[in-house]
Amino acid sequence: MSGPNRLNGGLIDRRTSVIFSFDGKTYQGHAGDTLASALLANDVRLMGRSFKYHRPRGVLTAGSEEPNALVELRSGARQEPNTRATVTELFHGLEARSQNRGFSLKYDFMAINDRFSNFLTAGFYYKTFMWPRAFWEKLYEPIIRKAAGLGSVSFEDDPDVYDKGFLHCDLLVIGSGPAGLMAALTAGRAGARVILAEEDFITGGRLNAETHTVDDMSGSAWAQAVMAELTSLENVRIMTRTTVIGAFDHGIYSAVERVSDHLAIPENGKPRQILWRIYSKRAVLAAGATERPIAFENNDRPGVMMAGAVRAYANRWAVTPHQQVAVFTNNDDGHRTAADLIAKGVDVTGVIDVRPDAPKVAGAELFAGAQVVNSTGRLGLKSVQIRLANGELRDLPCGALAVSGGWNPNVHLTCHQRGKPVWNETLAAFVPGGELPVGLSAAGAANGGLTTAAALKAGAGAAVQALSDLGIQAQMPDLPEAEDTPISLTPFWYVKEGKGRAWIDQQNDVTVKDIKLAHQENFRSVEHLKRYTTLGMATDQGKTSNMGGLAVMAELTGKSIPETGTTIFRPPYTPVSLGALAGRSVGKEFHPTRETPSHKWAAEQGAEFVEVGNWLRAQWFPKAGETHWRQSVDREVLQTRKSVGICDVTTLGKIDVQGKDAAAFLNKIYANAFAKLPVGKVRYGLMLREDGIAYDDGTAARLAEDHFVVTTTTANAVLVYRNMEFARQCLWPDLDVQLISTTEAWAQYAVAGPNARKLLQKIVDPEFDISNDAFPFMACGEITVCGGLRARLFRISFSGELAYEIAVPTRYGDALIRKLMEAGEEFDVVPYGTEALGVMRIEKGHAAGNELNGTTSAFNLGMGRMVSKKKDCIGNILSERPGMNEAGDLNIIGLRPVDPKDPIPAGAHLMNADGEISAKTDQGYVTSAAYSPVLGCSIGLAFLKGGADRMGEILRVSNPLEGTEIRAEVVSAHFVDPEGERLRA
Amino acid sequence: MIINHPLLGPRDAQEFTYLGDASLISRPDAQDDNAAEKFHDYLYLRDNPAGLHRELWFHESGDRSWLVVTRNTVTHEITDVQLARDVARKEGRSK
Repeated sequence: MSGPNRLNGGLIDRRTSVIFSFDGKTYQGHAGDTLASALLANDVRLMGRSFKYHRPRGVLTAGSEEPNALVELRSGARQEPNTRATVTELFHGLEARSQNRGFSLKYDFMAINDRFSNFLTAGFYYKTFMWPRAFWEKLYEPIIRKAAGLGSVSFEDDPDVYDKGFLHCDLLVIGSGPAGLMAALTAGRAGARVILAEEDFITGGRLNAETHTVDDMSGSAWAQAVMAELTSLENVRIMTRTTVIGAFDHGIYSAVERVSDHLAIPENGKPRQILWRIYSKRAVLAAGATERPIAFENNDRPGVMMAGAVRAYANRWAVTPHQQVAVFTNNDDGHRTAADLIAKGVDVTGVIDVRPDAPKVAGAELFAGAQVVNSTGRLGLKSVQIRLANGELRDLPCGALAVSGGWNPNVHLTCHQRGKPVWNETLAAFVPGGELPVGLSAAGAANGGLTTAAALKAGAGAAVQALSDLGIQAQMPDLPEAEDTPISLTPFWYVKEGKGRAWIDQQNDVTVKDIKLAHQENFRSVEHLKRYTTLGMATDQGKTSNMGGLAVMAELTGKSIPETGTTIFRPPYTPVSLGALAGRSVGKEFHPTRETPSHKWAAEQGAEFVEVGNWLRAQWFPKAGETHWRQSVDREVLQTRKSVGICDVTTLGKIDVQGKDAAAFLNKIYANAFAKLPVGKVRYGLMLREDGIAYDDGTAARLAEDHFVVTTTTANAVLVYRNMEFARQCLWPDLDVQLISTTEAWAQYAVAGPNARKLLQKIVDPEFDISNDAFPFMACGEITVCGGLRARLFRISFSGELAYEIAVPTRYGDALIRKLMEAGEEFDVVPYGTEALGVMRIEKGHAAGNELNGTTSAFNLGMGRMVSKKKDCIGNILSERPGMNEAGDLNIIGLRPVDPKDPIPAGAHLMNADGEISAKTDQGYVTSAAYSPVLGCSIGLAFLKGGADRMGEILRVSNPLEGTEIRAEVVSAHFVDPEGERLRA
Repeated sequence: MIINHPLLGPRDAQEFTYLGDASLISRPDAQDDNAAEKFHDYLYLRDNPAGLHRELWFHESGDRSWLVVTRNTVTHEITDVQLARDVARKEGRSK
């Protein structure tokens, strides 16, 4: 026996006992139970405290629409808040705890909120705590957050793996009740590729919860027979524990499969959940319907439940929430709950039906034309008070009340693409309408066909129609015999009697009074109503409450419900864990890591690495005894300038440009001229945006008449390539030119310093003369090294030294760096990282990303004269527009501190030597700064108004953010070797 | 969204990078007398229709084709996809 409330029958496995705990107490359930059904079986009705008022709450539903029974599962790193007990499969050792309570669930000191409910009505956030302003962040908000919280998180890393996957199908069937099963069966038999997605852990939907027969079988047996056939079909994929959460463009759906949520720990190698992206040609929504409550005073006590849920607990899980149950309904369907419970031997103390002509129930007292006006029982329902048709009051003992206000089709997914549901008078509910997502049709209860027979027929019909659109002939299967009782319902939303609170939205503690208050304060549109009262927010998104709220508002405004409208349904249909959305993109795998060919070697040298986009680059190479990064960087700079240094520059973008018109093409891409660049020469190139702003620079090397190699900055490698393809395909479609990115194909090293040539001569094969005469500054060529390895050599210099860049196929990159270091031993070669690279380029006055910052023109950069006026190239027309080249505009200059001890802060603003310091008197700003070990002081590059004519002027370098100010002299940006003698040596 | 690539068939929009209005193909002639004005209009004046829109998509994670995609900005329905190069040629950019 697994609890006092366990009945006979059901779809649980009584031979398998499952031990679990709730709030530290151990209970027993069975395989097939949910946490909610097992707790009810053990006579636990109280499962949580409400969000705002800390009212005792129990389970309301038996499905994913549950607003109340939110629990915290597991412990340690796997602790998971806000899980619905109604969809939590029971597993051995499951630990569950109630949430949002004080010391214990039964005695919650925060329930004091309930006494002050008058202060906590709709809009209380906006009305209260307005003053003093500073108190909000420090005092009010933390208190409110604590009082009105939901569950708590572990603050530990999730130890489980989440995955993402992609699926394709002809027909996606969402839901596996009678409509979904028939749709899948029809399409499966026709040979179509079918995916059947079911959020529950068993298929069958309401067939498992009802006593209706299908043909001569029980509904669940029929569902199992269909499943047996579907399982045998290779073209049908059945996905249980899978919720389709959103309908997106062009037949794409997303679904979350809870692969391991029903296990204590995922099985070896399996993910916890998978987020699927399903590409469907057609889809059938067979998501069923959700029952809605009737609000009355104190209708939130543990034990007040949906009638369909009570029936599901009895029939599927063999559980009654209490030994005495009453029913409150406005429709015939509610009576089924009474009948099913009576058949199971439960004492049904009464059926209260608001309709005066309600049908007679066998075995229970009927109160036709009556209403439930109140209830008693602090921690669990004890009785309800009924206003009889004749006006008398009567108390009816019951520990559970099964409430039915009718059923709402689950239209959510039909609205994910602007579809507007339409009102159906017979059901008093919205059904799918307007424009459904392309390729989607709804069938069964989701489409308003609430009987089993209607669902079976509609499911089969929807599949035949969908497949016929795809040119697949499907046969309508023989439809089994099933119940087809017409809907009989009198719309009834809330009981007007009573001064207390009648709960519309139990998850957000929104009452009828709150909606009246919102109306009174003119928050009358449904969207305003939602935001003002919080109706329909949070994990259940108002699945059981939105209609009630709408109905109250409609009544107050004197409009019909369809005129009042519905809020827009957006994905996801049910809550999705962040882990599933992140998938594998967590921690180190958040983005790809790109390593250069010398990475392993650099790591062996103890290099510090820095992230540059996805790349990891060596930042500096500390040596034994160096305790500060500046020591390493200064050494690298000095040794490179003194002898020779090597830097991995593989990350620079490389684009191979080939074709008869390659030169003509580059002439259009670069602002400066390229058509006449001789073979065997490299040229610096500046790229502009079409608006005339400089956006990237690099070099283009002409290896042959029809072959160039273009380099870009590391950051813009992707963008430059994209723009070049745009120019090639869209602007000049008939130039004979081909592009390919070769960034990853070549390992490239800068070899810089007075001994660079001597070092290279040791590895360049002897038939290639790289003497200064044969291979002067800006030469390039295809050579071989180390006895035949093909390589490219470029005599270019970023450091200002005699320098080369040598490239070999990537797979030789590791070998080459080792070879270069070995060959350089006699020159005391140093490897240098991005810091030393930066210092040397600042010393040389070369612009980099800091200067090409998206706001600067060629003129600002001192390269105005480079922009060709003779040719048509991207950006040159608008680079001439007014305001781009005015005298007095920003020019790039160098800065040297007056006191050599002062550091120049990058980002600081330049102010005249005297006068006000303000935005108005701003003279420019520092873009790059570094300590120059060559000059023995800090230096900077800056943009200064009219800077070209202000050499020698003393300025204030102002950093109000950090409260510093120094004085600096305006100098040429070329701090080292301004004549360029070294690089030509 | 799915973009029906003229060469590769249906591909997920995630493989593409979006640029914008296909009028960017119609780059003005730099030799025109009022070239600056025309470049200004080319760069800064765009229609923003609620409905059919011809736009440029780059198959960055694919074959690197630029495509002109005609998409309804309200429904995301895609009614036509062409290679941008073919469009450019039709618009007289073969020179």
